[in-house]
Amino acid sequence: MKLKKENSVKRNRKEKPGTEPDEKWVLRLYVAGQTPKAITAFTNLKKICEEQLDGKYSIEVIDLLINPQLGGEDQIFALPTLVRKLPVPVRKIIGDLSDTERVLVGLNLLPER
Amino acid sequence: MKKTEPKILSKNLLKSPTGIQGFDEITGGGLPTGRPTLVCGGAGCGKTLFGMEFLVRGATQFKEPGVFMSFEETNEELTKNVASLGFDLEDLIRNKKIALDHVHVERSEIEETGEYDLEGLFVRLNYAIDSIGAKRVVLDTIESLFAGLPNQLILRAELRRLFRWLKEKGVTTIITGERGEETLTRQGLEEYVSDCVIMLDHRVNAQTSTRRLRVVKYRGSMHGTNEYPFLIDEAGFSVLPVTSLGLKHIVSNKRISSGITALDAMLEGKGYYRGSTVLVSGTAGVGKTSIAAHFAEAACKRGERVLYFCFEESPNQLMRNMRSIGIKLETWVKKGLLQFQATRPTFYGLEMHLAVTHKIVSVFKPDIVILDPINTFVVGDKDLEVNTMLMRIVDFLKANQITALFTSLTSSQGSLESSDARISSLIDTWLLLRDIELYGERNRGMYVLKSRGMANSSEIREFILTDHGVELREVYIGARGVLTGSARMAQEALEKAEVLSGRQDIELKKRDIERKRKVLEAQIIALQADFESEESEALKTIETRQDALKRLGQDNINMAESRKADNENINISNPKK
Repeated sequence: MKLKKENSVKRNRKEKPGTEPDEKWVLRLYVAGQTPKAITAFTNLKKICEEQLDGKYSIEVIDLLINPQLGGEDQIFALPTLVRKLPVPVRKIIGDLSDTERVLVGLNLLPER
Repeated sequence: MKKTEPKILSKNLLKSPTGIQGFDEITGGGLPTGRPTLVCGGAGCGKTLFGMEFLVRGATQFKEPGVFMSFEETNEELTKNVASLGFDLEDLIRNKKIALDHVHVERSEIEETGEYDLEGLFVRLNYAIDSIGAKRVVLDTIESLFAGLPNQLILRAELRRLFRWLKEKGVTTIITGERGEETLTRQGLEEYVSDCVIMLDHRVNAQTSTRRLRVVKYRGSMHGTNEYPFLIDEAGFSVLPVTSLGLKHIVSNKRISSGITALDAMLEGKGYYRGSTVLVSGTAGVGKTSIAAHFAEAACKRGERVLYFCFEESPNQLMRNMRSIGIKLETWVKKGLLQFQATRPTFYGLEMHLAVTHKIVSVFKPDIVILDPINTFVVGDKDLEVNTMLMRIVDFLKANQITALFTSLTSSQGSLESSDARISSLIDTWLLLRDIELYGERNRGMYVLKSRGMANSSEIREFILTDHGVELREVYIGARGVLTGSARMAQEALEKAEVLSGRQDIELKKRDIERKRKVLEAQIIALQADFESEESEALKTIETRQDALKRLGQDNINMAESRKADNENINISNPKK
């Protein structure tokens, strides 16, 4: 049930030139257990990050079933939720991140149509 | 879920008392235990407070910790807001009796990408519930989610799941919802919460606002169906349970003085019944307040507590005015036996007045309540409502064995009785004061229009305000009507003169009769004398005649003897044989 391997902080520190130089992205993905939606979200997120951020990012997966007290901190109510902690402002993207375009808009990686 | 099963199986629906004054009475014990309740109403009607009081009272009075999940106000705001009601949320949170969780939903920060659910909310709620062992939950206002999340299909499905989950969890929940145009709530939450629905209302009528509460639905339970006025003040919510009152109050045979000896005398010499309702009505300036003040003073002298609601004068003004007729009310205020409560009738709505009255009476516990005057409530076309309110007040006071005295200003046009006819049925003793205008002078008259259960005087008395209080005088009632004041005095003088001359007449008549009798007697004597002389004469004549007859008979016998006649003839002709 538990998504233990994802609960640890995953970092990818390949120093590749990115779209926004010298900026490190801190992302948090909130899930509750290893649900299909959670897995889909994580897979989609990895893919987008690899494509767009070129390694200058970190993804922290928080399982609220294990650490329920963390839900309040980022005002989580829907799951899965991706929170962009850095760069500010904080953005929230809910859902399994299957709509790539909307994820990019949400992360401010695309100029809004 | 297992925890709640035996509860559901029990015959009667289990209820969780809210601790809100009056509310538990109209719902027969509170909200349904382990089930969600929807509290809906417009903006500013007190939904949040209702929920918060439910939690705070649950935590402090019924040992049931609670979780408040707010979708609108932050924890700090909430703490500050309810501090004004005397709830120390911080302390309760520290002692793990209450948990606050603010769920911030901001549309602009949220991007929807694909499938999701509200598990996060469940997790947070579950965490908060488990962290303090909560039995009560408030979700305020969950409808905010509709503004934040565009996908209504997911949201509705999730809400349904949430309420089911809460039921399984066995927590007593309040869900607040904004009132909709045609539905109870804007988002149709009543669709999901069907056990108990409470509607709060805040309406403005004739520029005064009134808060009302109604139990729209309470599955599996009896409940009061009326709209109940409620109050939010420094002690929180209080709902007025009106139907719990009725005509079942105990009656007292004890009598209490009205403070005016002559008035007591009109009421069998004993005064009002304790626990009865007295109405003093009359036109302007006839002394209604003076009667009330007398009553108050008399009660205080007996050591009773009096609550005086003045709706027209300030307490100081009233005390000053009463001093002029020798009633020193301030002494009793100082002693704490008399309490004034001065508010303008227009200050708040009728129900609010009712609720305030209810509350103050419950706190002060008076023996006597005076409302001076009641008719100022009638603003515009609100007779029915005023009547209802007064009925509620009367019932409430009677149930508590409190003697009530109302004053009522009646218009000088039309019949005095009719203007108060509507409330007449509520009144046990009705004193009517009226001014009597005669011969360029205005005087006051008073009479007891009715007084249930006693043989009251039906007389009109003249009502005089002196520097030592109210005095009642006999008025002149005669062929020329009721006379008061100097007209009465003049009439009395006139009557005295009439009496005097009458007496002289009588003397004269008496003498006349005496004289006539004497004449008659003299005549009788004379007649008798006449008669007597006639009688004696007549007797004499009769004697003479008889003698003559006798003699004639004797002569015949003698003659027959001499003729030697037959014996037969002699016998026949002899009259003596």
